[in-house]
Amino acid sequence: MSDHDYRPKSKVGQWFNDRLPLLTLANHLTDYPTPKNLNYWWTFGGILTFCLITQIVTGLTLAMHYIAHADMAFESVEHIMRDVNYGWLIRYIHANGASMFFLAVYIHIFRSLFYGSYKSPREIIWILGIIIYLLMMAAAFMGYVLPWGQMSFWGATVITNLFSAIPLVGEGIVTWLWGGYSVDNPTLTRFFTLHYLIPFLILGLVVLHIWALHVPGNNNPVGIDIKKPSKDTVPFHPYIVIKDGFALLMFMIVFAFFVFYAPNILGHADNYIEANPMVTPAHIVPEWYLLPFYAILRSVPDKLLGVVAMLSAILILAVLPWLDTSKIRSAVFRPLYKQFYWILVADVLILGYVGAMPAEGLYLLIARVATAYYFLHFLVILPVLGFKEKTLPVPLSITEPVLGGSPNLAAVRNKESKIE
Amino acid sequence: MKSLFKLFSIIIIIIASNSYSFAAEKVEYLKTDWSFKGLFGKFDRASLQRGYQVYTEVCASCHSMKYLSYRNLAEPGGPEFSEVQAKAIAASFEVTDGPNSDGEMFTRPGKLSDKFVMPYDNVKAAQAANGGAYPPDMSVLVKARGGGVDYIYSLLQGYEEAPSNVSLDDGVYYNKYMYGNKIRMAAPLSDGLVEYGDGTNATVEQMSKDVTTFLMWSAEPHLEARHQMGFKAIVYLIILTILVYLSMKKLWSRIESKV
Repeated sequence: MSDHDYRPKSKVGQWFNDRLPLLTLANHLTDYPTPKNLNYWWTFGGILTFCLITQIVTGLTLAMHYIAHADMAFESVEHIMRDVNYGWLIRYIHANGASMFFLAVYIHIFRSLFYGSYKSPREIIWILGIIIYLLMMAAAFMGYVLPWGQMSFWGATVITNLFSAIPLVGEGIVTWLWGGYSVDNPTLTRFFTLHYLIPFLILGLVVLHIWALHVPGNNNPVGIDIKKPSKDTVPFHPYIVIKDGFALLMFMIVFAFFVFYAPNILGHADNYIEANPMVTPAHIVPEWYLLPFYAILRSVPDKLLGVVAMLSAILILAVLPWLDTSKIRSAVFRPLYKQFYWILVADVLILGYVGAMPAEGLYLLIARVATAYYFLHFLVILPVLGFKEKTLPVPLSITEPVLGGSPNLAAVRNKESKIE
Repeated sequence: MKSLFKLFSIIIIIIASNSYSFAAEKVEYLKTDWSFKGLFGKFDRASLQRGYQVYTEVCASCHSMKYLSYRNLAEPGGPEFSEVQAKAIAASFEVTDGPNSDGEMFTRPGKLSDKFVMPYDNVKAAQAANGGAYPPDMSVLVKARGGGVDYIYSLLQGYEEAPSNVSLDDGVYYNKYMYGNKIRMAAPLSDGLVEYGDGTNATVEQMSKDVTTFLMWSAEPHLEARHQMGFKAIVYLIILTILVYLSMKKLWSRIESKV
């Protein structure tokens, strides 16, 4: 099972592997010892890889037919929807794929938060993940601009205008970003270029993310360090491959439902109106996955501070491994943290909800309280909790909790030793 | 596993309620049975053909449909006029073409490959002819309005006498389904306005339904293909999921751990 003593069986294989150890890599990936108690929340890593590849493949195909020009972009999208063979399918997969990608990434992130996967020795994996998430948001935002509908245009105007909050150079930066004095054709072409580039940056970071993961190995629901390989692990192939495959298929059923039966439900109707700089939509809202941050942005009365708050809300995650002072990883053994965790989940969902509502009256008040709580969770509750919380006893190995629930512990242990 | 489903459904409900939150404010739209809704939803061909008649005899005098071509009228999944009929429809329009070898523009009868002829040369001309309001292009109109087909269907039937506390300028009409209730378009339909070839009684309600069906098709010309493929894809995925699940159970039975 160890990587070091792997040698291909065939002469040709050995010859090749001595020069480029691809077979060693393949062997490492298939044998990779994985905790055997991983639950279905752990399948979202594989699902996210699928999402990224789907977006790249469909995006590539769309780019063959799309025209990045302010006068033709909207029309070219209609051309894809009407006249390109299965263009409607490819575009709906790509558009809904972005939503599915974010759905999966949020589950992936919140899984990390619950089981303390960001803690030592996995800080670098976590930070790489945050960078990937930031790039995903950039890619999604720019992708939403490309159809050049009303929400595209006005969303781009609102978001790029955020940079004008920067003192002194802000206005200059916005003009530079736009390539002119308003969102126009130069903005569209550069967004298209960057939208094409970013997925490949993400792909590179995903390789690093997985590489960094394979150094300490997976965290697990119990959150303890395990010996690898051991009784606590299974080889990645076939056990985890088939489990990830099963979860991926379930995910694809949900995905297919959106693509085939509700392809526009996650989008905004206004984006089927061609961009018009002279008409501002009644409500400018971003896509659902950016709403919590939009709510944070709008809850601060000052523009610059609002932008700072929004960025901090994401960047605070990068220092999370040092804000969380608890030595115990998994929330399973942290009764208090577990409760605060679910409050945070509710808080983010509330932020998402008020982000879609007009920023006034009660909605604004709720947004402000929820924003304050978001920061409170990371800056006060987590650091204090690590010192104050009485945690539950943590088992010594995975086998223990897995078999702990069995009515006849000794019998099961016997059976296992026979198998070995 | 159960909590996973729970989370999925919660998120989906939140998303769905969010996306409808603006559309659903205030008025309740009129409802009718749309044949194209549901897993196996298909267009009602006769309704599509009647809807085209309403569009071309009524709406088309102001509203363009610039992303449609005459050939679309004969394509599968649409009104499915015969090719001869579609050619005749195209030929009934005058299309400006050119320049010819003398450098002159000329007009000729329309062909299947031509886009629908526009009622106005440009937006400015359209505005000038309609008191400053631009009659929106109808190609994707249904998808461009929050309430979708129900909204369009209701709007066409939503003309009323303005309540006494609402004052209307010249050329502005009261419609209870319009955002802000004021609309520049006069009530476009009245009973018996068109004469249906198939003998269907041309009530306002019937024409509204037919033309809205036609607009749904023009916005989603591949809707039928999408529904058909979707059903096959999902059935395929479900069968494959069950098979993979059984294989997984079998594989993991070697391991003393639940999967």
